[in-house]
Amino acid sequence: MRRSAVSYLTALVVSVLSLALAGCGGGGGGQEQAGGRQEPIARNPQNASKKVTVGAKNFTEQYVLGEIYSQALEAAGYDVDKQLNVGSEVLAFKALREGEIDAYPEYTGTVLTNFYRVPAREVPRDAQEAYAEARKRLRTDRVTAMPITPFDNSYVLGATRKTAERLRATTTSQLAPKARDLRITGYPECRQRLDCFVGIERAYDMDFKEFVASENTYEVLDQDEADIGFLFTTDGQLATGKYRTFRDDKDFFPPYNVSFLVRDQAARSLGPEAQRVIERVQRPLTDRAMVELNSRVVVDKQRPEDVARQYLREEGFVR
Amino acid sequence: MSVSAPTALVAQADRLSFVEAIEFLLVPRESVTGGVQVGGVGEMLQLTANHMLLSALAVAIACAIALPLGLWLGHVGRGEFFAVSVSNVGRAVPTLALIAFFIAFVGIGFANVLAALTVLAIPPLLTNTYVGVRGVDPDAVDAALGMGMGEAQIVRRVELPLAIRSIFGGVQLAAISVVATAILGPLASVATLGTPIVSVNVYGQAGLLGAAILVAVLAVLVYLALTALQRAVTPRGLRAGREPPGLERRIPFLDRRSAQPT
Amino acid sequence: MSAVELVVAQLEIRSRRGGTCVSENGFCPGWIVDNLWRYVDPLVQHVILTVVSVAAGFAIAFGLALLAHRRQWLTPPISAFTSVLYTIPSVAAFLLLLPVTGRTTLTAIIALVAYTQVFLFRNAINGLGNVPEDTKDAARGMGLTDREVLWRVELPLAVPEVLAGLRVATVTTVNLATLAFFAGAGGLGAQIYQDITFRSNVVVAGGLAVLLAAACDLLILGGQRLATPWRRAAVA
Repeated sequence: MRRSAVSYLTALVVSVLSLALAGCGGGGGGQEQAGGRQEPIARNPQNASKKVTVGAKNFTEQYVLGEIYSQALEAAGYDVDKQLNVGSEVLAFKALREGEIDAYPEYTGTVLTNFYRVPAREVPRDAQEAYAEARKRLRTDRVTAMPITPFDNSYVLGATRKTAERLRATTTSQLAPKARDLRITGYPECRQRLDCFVGIERAYDMDFKEFVASENTYEVLDQDEADIGFLFTTDGQLATGKYRTFRDDKDFFPPYNVSFLVRDQAARSLGPEAQRVIERVQRPLTDRAMVELNSRVVVDKQRPEDVARQYLREEGFVR
Repeated sequence: MSVSAPTALVAQADRLSFVEAIEFLLVPRESVTGGVQVGGVGEMLQLTANHMLLSALAVAIACAIALPLGLWLGHVGRGEFFAVSVSNVGRAVPTLALIAFFIAFVGIGFANVLAALTVLAIPPLLTNTYVGVRGVDPDAVDAALGMGMGEAQIVRRVELPLAIRSIFGGVQLAAISVVATAILGPLASVATLGTPIVSVNVYGQAGLLGAAILVAVLAVLVYLALTALQRAVTPRGLRAGREPPGLERRIPFLDRRSAQPT
Repeated sequence: MSAVELVVAQLEIRSRRGGTCVSENGFCPGWIVDNLWRYVDPLVQHVILTVVSVAAGFAIAFGLALLAHRRQWLTPPISAFTSVLYTIPSVAAFLLLLPVTGRTTLTAIIALVAYTQVFLFRNAINGLGNVPEDTKDAARGMGLTDREVLWRVELPLAVPEVLAGLRVATVTTVNLATLAFFAGAGGLGAQIYQDITFRSNVVVAGGLAVLLAAACDLLILGGQRLATPWRRAAVA
């Protein structure tokens, strides 16, 4: 009796393990070994006639993602044209719908709050649910939303270590009563954006002393020209350890995972292989990985296309 | 997020854009990203006032520094190479580089932008004042000496009025430069008419063009106002617009024409 | 996405605890030397913008000057018009041309050409008008036609003035071309703007622009001296 119980248990454990392993294996172009390097993306000569224009919005993470997706598709043999500085989300989405670009990486939170005017409060806080909602809405605009990345690049308030210690706050709510005496900094348009300064002041009922606009939030914090900064959870500068972030305890911000948006028409002509390539290449993009890639651009001052190439090589997608 | 230059893909716009731009200046509307009101006369007036304040202060401070220096150097006839070269050097430094230098090395904020704009305004003022004083007819100065005037009186009552045309030329050059460069103020957290241009994602294409129209009109108005002011201040006898007669004799190597725009 | 945790990333996570020259935003000669190649394309774009704008501007301004030389009444309105053109802030000009001529280098060139006019026209018309009436009478007395007087007397004597105007126009164009990226034309200004707080970048891109302006200035100055050996070399 005991022996069969053990053997049943063993069988159960083995099957669970192999299911789990199978779950992280799979995907196009070859078998992956869980816990090891990826298999290189196989070039399919039949893809050479399939053109795709990949776009990206106008900041570091977008350039890096745009390059990663473009180079991955190129490795698979597609004919890729890069337009990696399309502008803000409004312009990028417009370009996508009008066919000026075929695809670009967009954040699920942005899709729902900016394109479909869903109030931030009502966006599901679970990443997959938010993605499902975004995908549903995008169908009405004939856009296919590919499965999301592991990383979530959300807004977060932060400060230098010294300031954070001085303020003795670890969450945004703890910061709220002190806001009256604090200067906050962010990129210029943040001051007038609902999904940035305007929104967070309202959500936490804060009234900051001053909004300092700049092109480099971290520089402003370093120079003590402001106390608190509007940061992003995958900012490259966070890798230096010089800054502390304040937890968004009121859960003001929705999820911001990236989904590679593709026009329906383009998705059909590129075929399911393209989706498999995209899903494979983005799988190692955890929060930590994204911070590392972003920091290579903003801290080490390397070019996004070189950083993307390094990522693909180090992960084994490309030789 | 690093904000890029407005390098967005712009669908082929047409004349309609200018109509929308004017509408932006007159009627407030919801921003492109939603949640706030942008545009309209109220906000434009506020931005214009800030822009003008910044510019006027910069030119005023630059005058306070450059005019006395230029008058003195011109009067004693020293520092010619310096006074003339400072304009050549000033012209060679791109205004964007100057602002960027201040943002990167000095800091952001109203005071720092004011400092940068003042530095920008000094060269044309200094050179034009110097050249203007040097161009005063030496005979006029001799006559004044003969009448028993002291040094300070000669500068104030003879050289300054005779040099006024050149000095105003410098003020015009400085003012145009400063008003144009103040557009970059938002990069250093100073709200000016450049705000809709730098924050184009919030203000939209209509805001971008509207601000461009407004700042161009403003610059031309400033220029015309200064021209009118110059006419009012120039002694009647000099208004015929003749070239200062002493100039060629006293600064042989100077290309005097490059010192003045008008 | 728990399945992902089992995939161990092979991406090298570098330690950034210690500061480097670049991360501390200092002036970093090492980085500059390694990355100088990034500034080559923008520099080339900048040179092209300058040369094309000044050349086209010169052709237009000189044509206008020849016209106004014959019909003196044209001088004040043309002068006033070019002055007003110069008054318009360059950023505004680049943006206002976008709906008209699109987001191309041509848009930037049109605006830059407009800015050269005030210097080139004024110096050309003054240069042509510099020739004393007696000299022209003497020439006509020698039997030269009006056209020959222009080519063999007036133009050569106008050269120093014209070249002086060319110097100012070229340096000014290099300066204004740093803002040409608002019209979509690239250039060194685009490099500055894209990382405006990174000190090494500002120094290199800004420095290259200043060097370019200085080089153009000296080049034309040299040309001025070569072209007018009969004037005192000190006429700058």
